[in-house]
Amino acid sequence: MTPALVMFLLFVAVTLVITWWASARTTTSKGFYAAHREIGGVQNGWAIAGDYMSAASFLGITGLIAFYGFDGFMYSVGFLVAYLTVLFLVAEPLRNAGKYTMADLISFRLHGKGVRAVAAISTLVVGLFYMIAQMVGAGSLVDLLVPQFSYTAAIVVVGALMLCYVMFGGMLATTWVQIIKAALLLAAALAISIMVVAHFGYSLPQLFAASANVNVAGKGVNLMQSGLLYAGRHGALNLLSLGLALILGTAGLPHILMRFYTVPTAKAARTSVMWAMILIGVFYLTTVFMGLGAATIVGKADIGTHLTGGSAIAYIVKQPPDAQVALNASLKEQGYVVAAVNNNMAAPLLADKLGGTYFMAFVAAVAFATILAVVAGLTISASSAFAHDIWWNIIRKGKGDEKEQMFVARAAAATVGIIAIVLSLGLRTLNVAFLVGLAFAVAASANVPAIVLSLAWRRFNKAGAIGGMVTGLVSSLAIIAISPAIMGIDPPGAIVHHFIQATPIYPLENPGLVSIPLGFLGAIVGTLFKRDAQSEEGYDQLLVRANTGMGAEV
Amino acid sequence: MEQHHHHLTPGDWTKVANEPEFKALIDSKRRFIVPATVFFLAYYLALPVLVGFAPAAMARPVWGPVTVANFFALSQFATTFVLLFLYILRARRFDALEATVVDDVRKEFAG
Repeated sequence: MTPALVMFLLFVAVTLVITWWASARTTTSKGFYAAHREIGGVQNGWAIAGDYMSAASFLGITGLIAFYGFDGFMYSVGFLVAYLTVLFLVAEPLRNAGKYTMADLISFRLHGKGVRAVAAISTLVVGLFYMIAQMVGAGSLVDLLVPQFSYTAAIVVVGALMLCYVMFGGMLATTWVQIIKAALLLAAALAISIMVVAHFGYSLPQLFAASANVNVAGKGVNLMQSGLLYAGRHGALNLLSLGLALILGTAGLPHILMRFYTVPTAKAARTSVMWAMILIGVFYLTTVFMGLGAATIVGKADIGTHLTGGSAIAYIVKQPPDAQVALNASLKEQGYVVAAVNNNMAAPLLADKLGGTYFMAFVAAVAFATILAVVAGLTISASSAFAHDIWWNIIRKGKGDEKEQMFVARAAAATVGIIAIVLSLGLRTLNVAFLVGLAFAVAASANVPAIVLSLAWRRFNKAGAIGGMVTGLVSSLAIIAISPAIMGIDPPGAIVHHFIQATPIYPLENPGLVSIPLGFLGAIVGTLFKRDAQSEEGYDQLLVRANTGMGAEV
Repeated sequence: MEQHHHHLTPGDWTKVANEPEFKALIDSKRRFIVPATVFFLAYYLALPVLVGFAPAAMARPVWGPVTVANFFALSQFATTFVLLFLYILRARRFDALEATVVDDVRKEFAG
């Protein structure tokens, strides 16, 4: 048994004990979806941070900074600033006016099956994409770190564990898994950062000087400068598109929104955003040290490669780093733009260099725990969309007892989990790097206009909500389908593949720049299309309840 | 414990929405949230716009190899935390106004 495997099993053992403890307390739908709304504000802050700091951040952003320097850091900035949108516009009203899901808020005064159904579908789309990206990453990571496990076995283990947490332990177990994972991840990130700074004699100028002149195949590369990932006119538009999707998308991520229902009051929701922001802020600052440290100390960053998916989760390939660099170099000599590399390994490799085998094992186990916790959070939010929105509210029209609700919620979790497992097994060799970026873009384009306008615009109505969500969802998916994420010509021997072997029609990696304005436009045009007295009448009630907490779910 | 508010009719909610105390709460929130949101969106989007469209100016080193763009990006962390701090401070005022509204409603609709 490798040290990484031992540490991972330890994490699994602890989380299973928590699940067993939580299962006795998860007998009602309120317990299952919202942990009885008894989670404290600070605890929920940690759990939100745990839900948010996914493998995409820890492995992906560290790798992006190691490879592309400052351009990778642009993600870190966006991920943090995005929480101001959550704090100012969404967290407290959501807690006050909703029950379990994002659709609860959107359909508060826009009654009817249509609005809720579209909101639930959007939740499922965002959740599944995000989940598959994490699981494919997990499979590859385990494959690499624990050779005894195959990719298939890793996916099945991740899937089985996440289903176990969610089906038996519900939101209570998921919350504590997130909290433990957030603490482990922060500890690992801080430890690596301190070691990096110590490596440079506790001198930041020395670290930056080294980062400004990283030796890549005999050439000096300056990681402090922008333009290594996003250069030229397309680069600038890519940055803007990505920035928009990040900063608005977070407020529309259903698995993050759902966390606000676990606290007793809107004030506790505010406290949780504050703590989440502090933890997330510290974490994203450490990505600078981890990324630059990986580039300067590990020194295997092959700066010349391009990420085809353009998103944070990149690829872990089976070749050892040296072989990968050599492969990339030889492909580039032939004139190909090389598909993504082993930049997900930057953090574990750095840990190995700085702290030795056991520390690397710890970091690898943390990375895996991270993926596991995030997919559990995603599973519960996707299952709530299916069980609470589609089954209970639309099909059963709010009838049916607790027993039925619990059964459907667990069955939905199992269904969603199994779909994610099957898709992840099938998508192994496809470039799924775009899925996280797409999840943010879909959330920003489809969910955020409906949430914000529902709270802020009296005239906003059903036609507007459906128009906005459908336009945002369809346009972001359609643009992605003709973008470099799906279309591209693979070089021979490429490890990841494009779905469509052709030159991309839409030049940017992220659809946000077009699809977010389209989502808002759809919402506004739909609203103006037809006056809807019923929706407008409900506005006063929503406004009062969202802002005072009167009548909030307890 | 607050379940009785469910019994308010749509007309009652509209009445509350038009009370001066409630309007004061909403105004107080909007006076902070609208300008703060406009500011952080503009300040944040200025980063990709300037880095993307004025790369030369942003690439000027100011402290060793650390560039204007580096400091601008780092300053986003600072402005975010300042805005968080200001909001948390201001939220005490929201809470006080909110308590007045809730008290009034309780008196008015309790009996």
